[in-house]
Amino acid sequence: MVDMLIYLAAALAGIAFLMALYRFVKGPLAYDRVIAFDVMTIITITCIIMTAMITGRGIYLDVALVYALLSFMGVIVIARYLERSS
Amino acid sequence: MSSLLTAMALVIATAAIGAAFVAISVNRISIAILAAGAVSLLASVLFLLLAAPDVAMTEAAIGSGLTTFLFFFVLGRIRGGKYD
Amino acid sequence: MQTLLDIIGGILLVSGTTFLMLGGLGLVRMPDIFNRIQAGTKATTLGTLLTLAGIGFMHPEWSVKLLLIGLFLLFTNPLSSHVLARSAERSGVDKTPKTRIDAFAEDHGDPS
Repeated sequence: MVDMLIYLAAALAGIAFLMALYRFVKGPLAYDRVIAFDVMTIITITCIIMTAMITGRGIYLDVALVYALLSFMGVIVIARYLERSS
Repeated sequence: MSSLLTAMALVIATAAIGAAFVAISVNRISIAILAAGAVSLLASVLFLLLAAPDVAMTEAAIGSGLTTFLFFFVLGRIRGGKYD
Repeated sequence: MQTLLDIIGGILLVSGTTFLMLGGLGLVRMPDIFNRIQAGTKATTLGTLLTLAGIGFMHPEWSVKLLLIGLFLLFTNPLSSHVLARSAERSGVDKTPKTRIDAFAEDHGDPS
């Protein structure tokens, strides 16, 4: 029962990741790609936490913590650059 | 459950190839830097799936955070002309 | 008791990843930048928080670290979406022709 729920959750997260990747590859404007990068980062945090749950190692959560702090900084730097360059 | 980790690694490796393709095919430098940051981010998840959390943390901090920040700082200074 | 907590955590996990999937669908289907920001950050923030709650039910000994991750996401994620939306608005990105009400343009005059 719980294994089935975990497989279903991983499949849904994989579909979301592939949709964000489609927008990242295709996206007509620069802002589309930045938004897709942001969404990919958030889904990646979910994937890291699910990996920590599957393998049962709590040390992996620290990587998710670093991600949650750093992705935000990258998006803000890119948005400020695009705002100034236009 | 290890088959689930293998499937996750396959999806993330496919996404890394797609982001690298974006990095070499787009004609704006800022998007290429963003795509290189995305490749680094996905590579750190692959390191994590290979059971190396310390390497993954370093890759996430330096490859995806510091390198993107530094490239955009320099690009804002030099005003790259028609390809920015 | 443990199986009950596991089942509650699994249901929260599936609902959270459903919100992630809906956010990705909105990212593909929505017509312009601002709608994509709306779909791509709000839905995924809720989905990630639900996923964190579900894993907190499955492993109660990790709950402090999961709470910290959720707190960081709750601070940083709306901030990055706001910075993106402000940057897109100031650099004059085209809106979709289906836009009915533009309150920013009514308050500040037409930027073009």
